[in-house]
Amino acid sequence: MDSTAAAQAHEHNFPERAWEYVKIGLVLFVLTAMEVGAYEIAHREGVPLHDFMHTALIPVLIVLSGIKFALVALFYMHLKWDGPLLKGIFSFSLFLATFVILALLSLFIYEGKFSELIGPLAKVAGP
Amino acid sequence: MDAHALHPATSTGIPNRKLAIWTFIGSECLFFASLISVYLVYKGKSLVGPYPSEIFEIPLVTVGTALLLFSSLFVVLALNGCEQGNRKKFLGWLAMTILCGFFFIGMQVYEFTHFFHEGLTMQKNLFGASFFTLTGFHGTHVTIGVIWLISIFIEGVRGHVPPAKALNFEMAALYWHFVDVVWIVIFPVVYLMNS
Amino acid sequence: MATSVLDHAGAAGIHPEKTGFLSWITTVDHKKIGILYGASAFIFFLIGGLEALVIRLQLMKPDNNLVSPEFYNQLFTMHGTTMIFLAVMPLSAMFFNFMIPLLIGARDVAFPRLNAFSYWVFLAGGLFLNSSFLFNAAPNGGWFGYANLSSKQYSPGLNMDFWAIGLQILGIASLAAGVNFFVTIINMRAPGMKLIRMPVFAWMTLITQLLVLLSFPVITVALILLMFDRLFGTNFFVPLGGGDTMLWQHLFWVFGHPEVYILILPAFGIISEVLPVFSRKPLFGYTAMVFSGCFIAFLGFGVWAHHMFSTGMGPIADSVFALATMLIAIPTGVKIFNWMGTVWGGSIQMKTPMYFALGFIAMFIMGGLSGVMHSAAPADLQQTDSYFVVAHFHYVLFGGSIFALTAGAYYWWPKMFGHMLDEGLGKLHFWLMLIGFNLTFFPMHIVGLEGMPRRVYTYPAGLGFESLNRLETYGALILGFSFLVFIFNVIKSTRSKVHAPADPWNGATLEWAIPSPPQEFNFPVIPTVHGRDAFWEEKRAHGGMMPEPPRVSGAGIHLPNPSYWPFMAAVGVLLLFIALLHHDGKFGPLYIFGAVSVLFYSIFHWVFEPAEG
Repeated sequence: MDSTAAAQAHEHNFPERAWEYVKIGLVLFVLTAMEVGAYEIAHREGVPLHDFMHTALIPVLIVLSGIKFALVALFYMHLKWDGPLLKGIFSFSLFLATFVILALLSLFIYEGKFSELIGPLAKVAGP
Repeated sequence: MDAHALHPATSTGIPNRKLAIWTFIGSECLFFASLISVYLVYKGKSLVGPYPSEIFEIPLVTVGTALLLFSSLFVVLALNGCEQGNRKKFLGWLAMTILCGFFFIGMQVYEFTHFFHEGLTMQKNLFGASFFTLTGFHGTHVTIGVIWLISIFIEGVRGHVPPAKALNFEMAALYWHFVDVVWIVIFPVVYLMNS
Repeated sequence: MATSVLDHAGAAGIHPEKTGFLSWITTVDHKKIGILYGASAFIFFLIGGLEALVIRLQLMKPDNNLVSPEFYNQLFTMHGTTMIFLAVMPLSAMFFNFMIPLLIGARDVAFPRLNAFSYWVFLAGGLFLNSSFLFNAAPNGGWFGYANLSSKQYSPGLNMDFWAIGLQILGIASLAAGVNFFVTIINMRAPGMKLIRMPVFAWMTLITQLLVLLSFPVITVALILLMFDRLFGTNFFVPLGGGDTMLWQHLFWVFGHPEVYILILPAFGIISEVLPVFSRKPLFGYTAMVFSGCFIAFLGFGVWAHHMFSTGMGPIADSVFALATMLIAIPTGVKIFNWMGTVWGGSIQMKTPMYFALGFIAMFIMGGLSGVMHSAAPADLQQTDSYFVVAHFHYVLFGGSIFALTAGAYYWWPKMFGHMLDEGLGKLHFWLMLIGFNLTFFPMHIVGLEGMPRRVYTYPAGLGFESLNRLETYGALILGFSFLVFIFNVIKSTRSKVHAPADPWNGATLEWAIPSPPQEFNFPVIPTVHGRDAFWEEKRAHGGMMPEPPRVSGAGIHLPNPSYWPFMAAVGVLLLFIALLHHDGKFGPLYIFGAVSVLFYSIFHWVFEPAEG
């Protein structure tokens, strides 16, 4: 049971809250459409913004999906009004999950590129 | 049953079951992170086709994505209804959630079958292996979620889910949102991040 | 008022009993479950020890042929797998189960039936793994199952299937327990027991559960990929199909390194309980102990590739992991200094638990030193895959975890079983164990650096390995004998019928405030806590030792009912995994359907059965 004042005020506003959730649902739908739109733009030559999207597709998708993720986690999963413990459990797990993905990507795909960046140091360090 | 027995006092004020489902969700983050890592590490490394850009059907998957997103909305509304004691709202929106879940699974089954007919199997190449494993396990989680929601629906119809017992439904709803959130990551990473 | 499960059970014709054999099958009492874990784990420990003894007998002389190379591979694989997953982890689980609710002032864990489920699934996994010997197909690819030795091509038999599936089963048990104990410690502490007042063993348990929850999913995925390769012909780790065997190593060690902290942190916790009591002095630097534990766990996720220095990851990766590994020595060092600070200036009570605790400190320091030597990637290139590594991890896992678990056993035995273990035999056990252990493992540092590789079933004469290997075998025999002394002690003490008081050691924590053994409900009244070392607090306020607590009736205290369903659900899990092994047989789908039915039926009844009277 939530004990913070904000959470309690939140608990009693059922009709307004339902509408909030619907609005978030529509935002999620729009963001999804934007993701697909970005994808289409990146894959169609001659379309406005094609060049930009072709290079920036991945960061754009990360941002858009990140917003969707946050919206569902904070609002639908109620984390915005929950205490620090639940936020902490989920955040720490996400942090570790991201770390594992990035570490494996670095080790498998980018190791060569890192070595190029460091250049002379790498030559000194290894055979 | 008195309220005390239903929600005994805890050190944090959070019911044990709610803390448990969040802890479980935290653990599952690492499960899906590992599967996504495998997909990403093997991206572009398949020795033979079919390759992703050849067979992905973005419109179909987009519909599935939208369905899953809306199902998250519906389950929140259903939970609202349950907590308020509004039986129609609770069961109506829960039925919609379950329906969306069914259609999502249907979309995946269709997609898998289509890919199979295009020659993509788990054994064919690394794309097939990592794609079917990642989306297959996600789909399994969706299926378990649907079964869970259906059993709550049946219990709800029998009048066994009053507001005092909404926590049990809240657990299922949180699980359902998590399954949706994983798809929010899978959809762009697998389907849209293609050159 | 909820109807009791007995009414439902009566209707269904099933009667969970309160006494006798069936009471153990249906128990949801954390204390009984703890004893189940302890007994099973000890038996697996003896099996693992037997495997080690055969290994040592084989290595006793050069060009020996006591066992075949094939069987030798099974021996060292099962020795490692057994000791890690079936001995040290469940021995720790024995203490988690029995002691955590007592230490935090609770009546039971958060989910008693899930707790029972964890035990039965663990037992199923242990039996499944060891049943492989009956088919002469015990796992034989090393406890770390490196790809692509573990592939169908190079391991065509059932051996590695037993390994992968066995570990998956065990993983389920650990994950369920992880959720259970995490929620228990966070949510079920007695009034006034803020986290920063908790006994250090409770803190270390909490951190360990977090490590389990976050690392086991990774090995689950790795094992799934391996099983898909072996059962369904995918190419995750098959180079000819584009697979990368390094991916296995990374996934395995991302799990594997936190796993070793899972093995040692509970030991750290036990030592942090024993030293203060037998020094009659509070733990030195409590806050530092807690934070260093957290820091070790956190950093523990960032060092895994120090197991892979010889795989050609490149200088950047090597440096990052070497530095991170060296960093982890710092919080570990903090702990060691704090333990020494605890003992320093204390009134030392040289009882058996203290012997093992002090032995732990000495042995663990040695293991830590060889560990830090490994952290230097260039030096590790010589040490890796040699007996030097075998020396290192036995010093930290045996000299560390086992010494600490033994200390815990002698310390908590009176509380768990209601009688003391004989002091004389305990000290004999200690000295035999200390001498045997060092004779076995210290020479391994030397033969390792002299070039003796790991996992070789024999070695030729004339390389200089003979005399030290023979010494190691004698040491192992002494070590094995020390456990016979322990078993004799247990039998003798159990028969002696000398009853132990509630507080034989002048303990600092709440478990010593209740009778030995505790009554089913633990505390007649849930205590209110005002500070750390809650029971010392109470005794201070009282002006001295407390009188022997009486055994009371416990009427009006609600406890969870016993239940068959955790056991049945565990059976369902086991059947499901066995069915997986036979999936392509004639009746494959039927087996799977049957197993899933048992599982679903059990879960269904579990969910709808009233938990509490």
